[in-house]
Amino acid sequence: MIGSIAAIGAGLAVIGAGLGIGRIGGSAMEGIARQPEAASKIQTAMIIAAALVEGVALFGVVVALLGTR
Amino acid sequence: MDLVTPSIGLVFWTTVTFFFLFILLRVFAWKPIVSALNERERSIEDALNAADKAKEELTRLNQESDKLLKDARLERDKILKEAKTLGDNLIAEAKHNAQTEGAKMIAKAHDEINAQKNAALAEVKNQVASLSIDIAEKILRKKFENAGEQQTLVAELLKDVKLN
Amino acid sequence: MRLNTLFLKKLFVLSLIFAFIAGVNASAFANSEHNETVLKDSAHVTEAHAEGEGHAAGHGEEPFEPTKVIMEHISDSHDWHLWGHTSIGLPVILYTEAGLVTFNSSEFHHDQEGTHVVEKDGQKFVRFENKIYYAAETANEKGQYLTLADEHPTNAKPLDFSITKNVASMFLSAIILCLVFFSVAAAYKKREGKAPRGLQSFIEPIIVFVRDEVARPNIGHKYVRYMPFLLTVFFFILINNLIGLIPIFPGGANLTGNIAVTFVLGTITFLVTNFSGNKYYWKHVLAPDVPWWLYPIMLVVEVIGLLSKPFALIIRLFANITAGHIIVLSLISLIFIFKTLYIAPVSVAFVLFMDVLELLVAFLQAFIFTMLTALFIGTAVEEHHH
Repeated sequence: MIGSIAAIGAGLAVIGAGLGIGRIGGSAMEGIARQPEAASKIQTAMIIAAALVEGVALFGVVVALLGTR
Repeated sequence: MDLVTPSIGLVFWTTVTFFFLFILLRVFAWKPIVSALNERERSIEDALNAADKAKEELTRLNQESDKLLKDARLERDKILKEAKTLGDNLIAEAKHNAQTEGAKMIAKAHDEINAQKNAALAEVKNQVASLSIDIAEKILRKKFENAGEQQTLVAELLKDVKLN
Repeated sequence: MRLNTLFLKKLFVLSLIFAFIAGVNASAFANSEHNETVLKDSAHVTEAHAEGEGHAAGHGEEPFEPTKVIMEHISDSHDWHLWGHTSIGLPVILYTEAGLVTFNSSEFHHDQEGTHVVEKDGQKFVRFENKIYYAAETANEKGQYLTLADEHPTNAKPLDFSITKNVASMFLSAIILCLVFFSVAAAYKKREGKAPRGLQSFIEPIIVFVRDEVARPNIGHKYVRYMPFLLTVFFFILINNLIGLIPIFPGGANLTGNIAVTFVLGTITFLVTNFSGNKYYWKHVLAPDVPWWLYPIMLVVEVIGLLSKPFALIIRLFANITAGHIIVLSLISLIFIFKTLYIAPVSVAFVLFMDVLELLVAFLQAFIFTMLTALFIGTAVEEHHH
């Protein structure tokens, strides 16, 4: 039971992370389209931001794992 | 739960392995590799700088030689021009000289001719005078002997004169 | 490029044909006990229970539990499983009340249920689900020398310093790293000032990348001091990620997807960051620019901030790599869940796709770990000019 609830929580966390990473990626694309010469800098910043968002989502996953047994 | 509980054994071995790996790689790999990379980058940069400098030097030399060439060309043109004017002058002078000389010679020739002519004329006059005297003498001598013969004689003499 | 796509297409078509033939063959034996046993045997699903061919037929009806199989594959173990019932025994090193005890893990005879007791130096041990416990005096009704409460043993445990599969894999990767980088370093010495060649030219761009894209922009002019650490972390994570992707013997250990390993790496990052912190960094942490009455709250927030950074690193690496392994294993498990080989081409195609993605993730996670480590060090050594 706890495992299932934790799994739902993890799913919700994933929704949030998905939205966040999607926004980051979209904005980065826009930025690159506007300034192709800054592509490498934007990419680095994008990866860092995505990693930070992903980190939050992974906390959700860890909570789900804690819930299993 | 098991998944997110670190096991003491793996923590211990990871620490040990990572520590030794770090020491070993730091001493035997990263130090030589990173220093070699930096060294090579520096040498490449130096080489590029040197190439730039050489290029600059080359352009400078080129400019210099261009300037020299230009100067030399100007000099040559100048010399040629000078030589030409000199030659022209010489020719003109020679021409002038020749002309004056010729004129002089012509004048001289004229003079000579005139003198000769005069001399010749004088001679002729003298001859005519002496002839006339001769004729007159002969005529005078003959006249006294025969009037007819006198006439013939004059004619003969005149004929002689014509022949002369 | 064109050749490659052509080749891939051919390979795909061939695999489809092969799978079809195999499926027809399998369906000829459909519903026979034997077929299911073969399938299960090939997946080592019943390895813990099946003792032999004849015995396996008796257990043939045992249901397939994907969760159990996957957990078995991604967690650490004392034996290094090769195929079927073959596995390499690894040294077990236990720190007990009576000192160190060592023996080979093969002495457990693949037992994971706590039924086989190993007696060493006057002490008795049993193994239950990859953990070693002190054996109970008597066996319970299932033959387990354990006292179980809610399916969890309550027996005391010795400290386990065994050379497990993960530790062995880590030693292997350390040896590979040493060999590779010593040879590369030798090449740099031998061919001083010349263009790189062979392995050197493969490694050099990565080192230059770590230096120019990770260390220098994030740390600043003090980056030289941290280069060895960053490079070691990067290549350690990278090679273990890659070795973990190899499905056959020397690979396959879920090392960087093990919380213990990422915990150590994160802790080292935490220590390096905070030991290199200058006065501006500590002022920012201990005495931030806020009204004095906010200090108690801010201090707590700052300390949580300090801890959460390496914690995020630990969890990120662990979760990414573990998730990758779980997805690949789940896709393979589909074949055994549906009990048909027809699903195999789909499954294999997806696994291929996931493996390629995991290859990217292997590089990306190594990069992100190094990048964030450099970023944290950068904030710690940054000079402020107010």
